[in-house]
Amino acid sequence: MTTFEYAPALESRSIVTIKPEYGHFINGAFVDGVDHFATINPANEEILSRIALGNAEDIDRAVDAARVAYEATWSKMPGKERGKYLYRIARIMQERAREFAVLESLDNGKPIRESRDIDIPLAGAHFFYHAGWADKLDYAGLGHAPRPHGVAGQIIPWNFPLLMLAWKIAPALAAGNTVVLKPAETTPLTALLFAQVCQQAELPAGVVNIVTGDGRTGSALVDHPGVDKIAFTGSTDVGKAIARAIAPTKKKATLELGGKGANIVFDDAPIDETVEGIVNGIFFNQGHVCCAGSRLLLQENIAEEVLAKLKVRMAKIRVGDPLDKNTDLGAINSAAQLGKIRELATSGDSEGAQRWSPACSLPKNGFWFAPTIFTGVTQAHRIAREEIFGPVLSVLTFRTPAEAIEKANNTPYGLSAGVWSEKGSRILWATQQLKAGVIWANTFNKFDPASPFGGYKESGWGREGGRHGLTAYLKSAEAQQ
Amino acid sequence: MNYYGLVDGSDASLRNFLRTLSGVDQIGAESRAAMLATRSIKTTAKNWAIDLAISMVDLTTLEGADTPGKIRALAAKAVRPDPTDSTVPSVGAVCVYNDMVSIARQHLDLIGGAHVRVAAVSTAFPSGRASMAVKIQDTQDAIDAGAAEIDMVIDRGAFLSGRYLEVFNEIVQIRALCGKKTHLKVILETGELVTYDNVRKASFLAMLAGADFIKTSTGKVSPAATPPVVLVMLEAVRDFYEMTDRRIGVKPAGGIRNTKDAIKQLVLVNETAGPEWLNPGLFRIGASALLNDLLMQRMKMRDGYYPSPTYVTID
Repeated sequence: MTTFEYAPALESRSIVTIKPEYGHFINGAFVDGVDHFATINPANEEILSRIALGNAEDIDRAVDAARVAYEATWSKMPGKERGKYLYRIARIMQERAREFAVLESLDNGKPIRESRDIDIPLAGAHFFYHAGWADKLDYAGLGHAPRPHGVAGQIIPWNFPLLMLAWKIAPALAAGNTVVLKPAETTPLTALLFAQVCQQAELPAGVVNIVTGDGRTGSALVDHPGVDKIAFTGSTDVGKAIARAIAPTKKKATLELGGKGANIVFDDAPIDETVEGIVNGIFFNQGHVCCAGSRLLLQENIAEEVLAKLKVRMAKIRVGDPLDKNTDLGAINSAAQLGKIRELATSGDSEGAQRWSPACSLPKNGFWFAPTIFTGVTQAHRIAREEIFGPVLSVLTFRTPAEAIEKANNTPYGLSAGVWSEKGSRILWATQQLKAGVIWANTFNKFDPASPFGGYKESGWGREGGRHGLTAYLKSAEAQQ
Repeated sequence: MNYYGLVDGSDASLRNFLRTLSGVDQIGAESRAAMLATRSIKTTAKNWAIDLAISMVDLTTLEGADTPGKIRALAAKAVRPDPTDSTVPSVGAVCVYNDMVSIARQHLDLIGGAHVRVAAVSTAFPSGRASMAVKIQDTQDAIDAGAAEIDMVIDRGAFLSGRYLEVFNEIVQIRALCGKKTHLKVILETGELVTYDNVRKASFLAMLAGADFIKTSTGKVSPAATPPVVLVMLEAVRDFYEMTDRRIGVKPAGGIRNTKDAIKQLVLVNETAGPEWLNPGLFRIGASALLNDLLMQRMKMRDGYYPSPTYVTID
């Protein structure tokens, strides 16, 4: 050995037990499904388990169970008692963190380093945070004794399966709602493990129900008349369909949708940390991040220097087995998503942008896409406007701060943005101009349960996290009339 | 005068150059170092890293209580870190005060350690609080006694009060004294410079003035060679190479006491400056207790169990 080649450092799979087949979790127990579909490991296409395909009857049973639990138990329970359950769930999630992390990486394809160090600890943190709110709802800003909505129907995406579950379930339960949650079709396993955690925590039956399935299952949940509130995270197209479906009803909704985040680098930025932030902004979680910094806006006078350093840094990204502790970029979650990424990348080529990827060998089986940047991108390119949701960065340049803001806001989305500068006044100015729900300064993709998250324009309705997110699951005493 | 075509030796040119350096974001640098600390180095990679780390150790004793006997013991340990296993490489150098240099050199030569270099700390180490005449004499003594490497300290007081040219000129003079034959390591004492911006600035200042190596610390001040400080210095040597085509070495010293910490340093090198820096010519680790932990880990990798500490020698 003449160079420092890291030997394989595989996280052991032995901690997880995956059953060959799973049913739904309804009214505190697992019940068999009628039809099933496979969930696979996207890193090697191995079938992990067969998952129940929820139909309208399953949804019906789950909503009924949630209604009964709401009326009989959960809405009547004092906040401090609900808080105890949430604390208990949070602690069990911490105790079983390694199990969750391995399962998440197997089912989703994300590197174990990220599931272990980011997804699972943050999911636990969301339960801890909201456990603290459960007996303090009078201070949520909605006046004395705000009330829950009732039964919340929650539909979550495949990019952060357990974390998105935590974002949805923790505030709903803290506020006194009961839930029916549908995990994403390709990543149901950690939600089913979470169902076991609910049993272990002796959460009253029916407070959390999990019905697995695909888009049809989700739309049955959205359409169910017994659901009082919908919370959805996913694509803008599906978000619009949900908005249309519930328009004639009294259902409340929060929608966390797509994004095309601008990461703006001014010429006084701290260069090395900026390069790190660019990498983290777009290659974190294979770029399967709605708030990814997928449009890099470089001030033209430093563009060459930053791109040169970015390429050197990208060459160090370790692509491969998600269970290897040294992997930085894992597998693309599904064949369908890989197809979408390829299609958009090809449009970048044909529209005249220049594609660059470091030399890296990709595994034969499974779904893989090398970290990629496109330079010479303009606002008119599809890859500057459409969400790719993969490890593909579009690089644009600007000449003046005003031009940077104009380009950053020139998008139907408005979820996230980043500003890199050593000048505090410039950061404050830029953040006031940017139309995005989350703006990071000199960092990117940092999350905390106390911080509200959400978008402008086509990026969605409402906020999740913090006091703002909590109020989406509450109504004021007056609104109950 | 001309220093790499980047500064001309005037106060204005040095100031202008240092002002062009990009700032360092503290949180970003620390989180990058923390991320690299999660690298998991196992089996063959670990074996390789342990032997490399041993060959990079500057085995150090810098005590008022140092005696010729202590220095001879250190020299013996440097040549044959593990007397029971001849496959263990010698360390990079022994590092001592200047009055111990000739003892170390003679003993090394006597026991077949001609390939192990002797480094002397110099310029009124560790504080650097002396006149330039004293610093020059200090260095000349060490060179005359056979030191192949000089570990000088910078004047942190001058640096912190913005007298950069003064710091620069001191290094230039010591460089001249060292000539081509003697390696010059410049100790920044990052624990006293405190900010990463200062570390980056001082790194460039030292490299421009002629350092062969930039070194974090004296070992007498805490904190010393923290991973983010070493990261910032590795970025500096990488960028300096881009500008000048010359590779400057890096030596973390102080606080690296076990194999895990040493391997973290090697990961930092590998993923920041690059694999070209992974040799004792461009990366050293100033340490004393570290060597025995490396040896014990090496035995563990070989035999499958941890030896009792009585199986490694003290020096």
